[in-house]
Amino acid sequence: MTRRIEIALRVQVRDPRGERIKREIEHFLHLPVERVRTIDVYTVDAALSDAELQQAAAGPFCDQVIQEWHLDTPAARDFDYLVEVGLRPGVTDNVGRTAREAVEYLTGRPFQPGEGVYTSVQYLLSGKITHADVERITTGLLCNTLIQRYTILDAATFAAQRGVPVFVPKVLGEIKTEVREINLEVTDQELMRISKDGVLALTLEEMQIIQAHFRDVQVLAARQKMGLGPRPTDVELEALAQTWSEHCKHKIFAGTVQYEDEEGNRQEIKSLFKSFIQRTTKDVREKLGDRDFCLSVFKDNAGVIRFNDDWSLVFKVETHNSPSALDPYGGALTGIVGVNRDPFGTGQGAKLIFNTDVFCFADPFYDKPLPSRLLHPRRIYEGVVEGVEHGGNKSGIPTVNGSLVFDGRFAGKPLVFCGTAGIMPATINGKPSHEKHIEPGDLIVMAGGRIGKDGIHGATFSSEELNENSPVSAVQIGDPITQKRMFDFLIRARDKGLYNFITDNGAGGLSSSIGEMSGECGGCRMDLAKAPLKYAGLNPWEILISEAQERMSLAVPPAKIDEFTEMARRFGVEVSVLGEFTDSGYFHILHGERTVAYLPVAFMHEGLPPMQLPAKWVPPRHEEPRVVIQNDYTADLKQLLASLNVCSKESVVRRYDHEVQGGSVVKPFTGAANDGPSDAAVVRPVLDSFEGVVVAHGICPRYSDIDTYHMTANAVDEALRNYVAVGGSLDLVAGLDNFCWCDPVLSEKTPDGDYKMAQLVRSNQALYDVCMAYNLPLISGKDSMKNDFYDGSVKISIPPTLLFSVIGRIEDARKAVTMDVKRPGDIVYLLGKTGNELGASEYLALKGFVGNRVPQVDTAKAYKRYRAYHEAVMAGLVASCHDLSDGGLAVAAAESAFAGACGMNLDLTRVLWTGDDGERNDVTLLFAESASRHLVTVRPENRGAFEAAMGGNCFASIGVVTAEPVLTITGIDGGTVVRAGLAELKEAWQRTLKDL
Amino acid sequence: MGYFMVKTRAIVITGNGTNCEVEAAHACRLGGFDEAVIAHISDLLSGDLRLDDFHFLNLTGGFLDGDDLGSAKAQANRFKYARVDDLSEHLIDQLLRFIQAGKPILGVCNGFQLMVKMGLLPAFDGNLLQQVATLTFNDCGRFQDRWVYLKNNPASPSIFTRGIDRGIYLPIRHGEGKFVAASSEIMDRIEANNLAVLRYSGPDYEEPTMAFPENPNGSEHAIAAICDESGLLMGLMPHPEAFVHRTNHPRWTREELPEEGDGLILFRNAAEYVRSKLV
Repeated sequence: MTRRIEIALRVQVRDPRGERIKREIEHFLHLPVERVRTIDVYTVDAALSDAELQQAAAGPFCDQVIQEWHLDTPAARDFDYLVEVGLRPGVTDNVGRTAREAVEYLTGRPFQPGEGVYTSVQYLLSGKITHADVERITTGLLCNTLIQRYTILDAATFAAQRGVPVFVPKVLGEIKTEVREINLEVTDQELMRISKDGVLALTLEEMQIIQAHFRDVQVLAARQKMGLGPRPTDVELEALAQTWSEHCKHKIFAGTVQYEDEEGNRQEIKSLFKSFIQRTTKDVREKLGDRDFCLSVFKDNAGVIRFNDDWSLVFKVETHNSPSALDPYGGALTGIVGVNRDPFGTGQGAKLIFNTDVFCFADPFYDKPLPSRLLHPRRIYEGVVEGVEHGGNKSGIPTVNGSLVFDGRFAGKPLVFCGTAGIMPATINGKPSHEKHIEPGDLIVMAGGRIGKDGIHGATFSSEELNENSPVSAVQIGDPITQKRMFDFLIRARDKGLYNFITDNGAGGLSSSIGEMSGECGGCRMDLAKAPLKYAGLNPWEILISEAQERMSLAVPPAKIDEFTEMARRFGVEVSVLGEFTDSGYFHILHGERTVAYLPVAFMHEGLPPMQLPAKWVPPRHEEPRVVIQNDYTADLKQLLASLNVCSKESVVRRYDHEVQGGSVVKPFTGAANDGPSDAAVVRPVLDSFEGVVVAHGICPRYSDIDTYHMTANAVDEALRNYVAVGGSLDLVAGLDNFCWCDPVLSEKTPDGDYKMAQLVRSNQALYDVCMAYNLPLISGKDSMKNDFYDGSVKISIPPTLLFSVIGRIEDARKAVTMDVKRPGDIVYLLGKTGNELGASEYLALKGFVGNRVPQVDTAKAYKRYRAYHEAVMAGLVASCHDLSDGGLAVAAAESAFAGACGMNLDLTRVLWTGDDGERNDVTLLFAESASRHLVTVRPENRGAFEAAMGGNCFASIGVVTAEPVLTITGIDGGTVVRAGLAELKEAWQRTLKDL
Repeated sequence: MGYFMVKTRAIVITGNGTNCEVEAAHACRLGGFDEAVIAHISDLLSGDLRLDDFHFLNLTGGFLDGDDLGSAKAQANRFKYARVDDLSEHLIDQLLRFIQAGKPILGVCNGFQLMVKMGLLPAFDGNLLQQVATLTFNDCGRFQDRWVYLKNNPASPSIFTRGIDRGIYLPIRHGEGKFVAASSEIMDRIEANNLAVLRYSGPDYEEPTMAFPENPNGSEHAIAAICDESGLLMGLMPHPEAFVHRTNHPRWTREELPEEGDGLILFRNAAEYVRSKLV
């Protein structure tokens, strides 16, 4: 029998969750709600006695100091409307799972198959509101109808039916396993229908290649031996669709590009990945010679570099954009716990040491209509921030670095970048930890969560634009605790040498992980009937491609399997043997006795010819901005400080644990009141050593409006200058590229595909040029190429965006530098020159322009200066350093000053200028975003030594730190162009997102 | 150290979402323990390790079971009902034996929540399994990572805070840290017996404060830490293991600070207590 346990706060106890909802209703929906209270509901569908239920309700479910429990009687009272929100059938219910375990401990009896506990939350709303208002509150704030269901009752109805009716969100699937055969001997039109209806995201050419494969007589003969007919099974077609998806195969980066530049020069590029990204790493490594520190690049789930003789560093950054657009909380949570599995599944497995997060959103205060399928940017913001909060904090991994970037076009798709670094001993059981192998005969083992219908077609759906029919099933909800348990177990299994190979189960599920592992040793034989399921009724193809979370795939030698499974049992981790790896050359999948897929490994991995992609670069011309020359720019500076891209993100960052694991050295916020924005993070991953890891990033999508070459050059430079600012060494630093593009494939839907493709080519050219100049090998990366929204009438494409992340080392973390000015009398230096480069700046955006003069990076000068600066840092000569980026010198000076609670007097006549002297003016000197610049303060007694260290580089002393808490900047004509108290500058900078 | 001396042994329990085990063990070693063992709870439930073989128990920070039923609730239930495989006892039997042997326990953050929800704190009259207080959602409604000033109560019996001058500065990192007593009588008794060890205050460690963000969660009486009457059981929301070296401090690049962080004294006191009384 199904029973309801309701847990309510005692009457006099405050309800912070309810209060927060009330604030959000007022803030976003402007509805007059007087009070919101909440109640937790457990629907228990299990054979338990009354006494056991009461014990559970009174014990683990209820904190009796502040709560009271009700069994089968409603707890709600004193409200006008009640909304109950629960999960839809099949959606992962983490709280329900914990509740079930708690009951099992209590009774000492495991639940029977089909039994479960399901959770929901009641919101009791009071106030002068209508049923329609409550609908709006529910669908606008309380419930994401994609994954949740809701019931609304007014007080009278609630009283009449004596509470909310019991509902069990159980998946009721028919217990049959169906394998369909698909007839591909059809017209081209019909082939495309098969692809589209099945969310296979396969092109006509790809469908024809599959068609041809199944006409091959040798193929047919081999299939016949396995009892398979001439038609592909749904399992086979789905496996190919996953393996060949843009998401997994990176077809655009592997394609052949016909590029034409603005002068009509034509060039054929065979694979952007090989020609630029891989070549960057190869050429940089050659240049580094015996100083090369790369250990494993591009071939594993994450890149691996040397940290020191004893330890290796692992780093990966991923995106989870499409799921976050549909379900911001679940999408982002899965994004972070998903990328955690990448370093964990790299080499023999790494301990995770920090996360990084970069989010690109539209304005959360946007107040105009949106296309129906798009969630409002503020819901995306709230959901993503909370999802990453739960994913990171609960996993015990500090979130040390990140940013929020805003542009209206991210309404079409938000970008959610999640990165994770790990560390592993350089050798484990005598073998290099970054290497692993599979022997034929090793067992196929899946560890972690069970398989459900969640996340089916995630890989293929994110390979298409977001549209009205994007599938619900593509969304998963991650569970950091299940994953944490699995990691606790696997890291010990690693140290005992209980497995040969480990990899992540992410996009494409088993189809991808076992498919790739089969590529390592030449084949597999796997029985899907042995996979543990969340509920019955999954067809074999669904089991194969489900992206249900918290799973790793392993190759375990038969001699170790007993010890492996026994240890897993003790750690409460489910592991299943699904088959074995072979050298048969076939991806051989069974369901019970029956073969359901039999595909040559070579065909899966190499059967696809490169895409042909046209690209034509026509430089855009924007209106040349007419910047009004003013006498005073204080008001402009305050507006810039308050702009979304510049303002303080502290309300978000404080929600992320950035100190767990105990090695935090440079935190996200620093300065006299712990509230100045750090440029980069420094952590000590090994607590009895002072060697530090430094991580930073650069991102400037707005520059793509002028030229993606310079967008990319500036992103790479920004990452490195942030890294250098805190003291990162240039002798051990590597880069990761994350491309997020709008669809660059010329087609009817994308008539400007050749321009977008040219943007991608230019971006890659810059990546090679700048990384070569900076000795930055690329060790890993990812691309997400379909960041568009299209509902048939409205198309929103994101600005082409490269997130560039760097990871490296600081020899002695005790020498790290922070961005806050330290004491009055210190001398202020500006390193680097400023030019007429206001194009695509925050300042021009504020004035409604794009412009054309985008900042350009002089890598030779910058690199030499970065090296000199690093020596100065190591010699202890630098008091503070802040990088100049959005908002230029004025913003950097204001931030450094108010963070350090000391004023600053600066003189623009002393700022070094590059270019035509006639173009030099106050507004450009204040706000241009010229690359590679740092604002540094130095104690007067270190002046000589610092200037000697920087000798031969472009730098100038431009002012002094003052005791008076005022920022004063003198213009080139001697007048004061900025003068403001630190308190008002800080207030402007902090106000914008304070309450979100 | 001579071979004839008994080793002082600290244990840090991990598993099911505990996150701070590495730095807690590191702090124990820095504080003077000869050995600090990180034990997965399965090592205890299998009988491979026994609490009896240790002198100091750390219940440290994390998100046990994801805070799913309220922070630490599921673990409190597990501690009470889980059986140890090869021994005819429950885990709780070992824990009670540990306390009866006069050995110290420090609960930090999630570990403090666990101790309070099991009833190990304040444990009036040795009543170790009756919950009379709780730690619940911060008044601000959000998880917070920020540093707080903690005014010490020099009259408290806690063995961990001996020698603290006026107060200590530590980070808090929690969403459920608001201390609430079940009744005013219980709060009165906590106060009367000086069991409120640390309180949120301003930077001068003068007056306890109820104002956000100095008091980050709205705790009653600004309570950040309590102990039992013996002073051997203590729990606190702030993280002492997160400030054991000056580079952990958010302003170490601008202030003259001693090499050692404020949090280390708790572990040093525990080690000294064990060395002088238990081995």
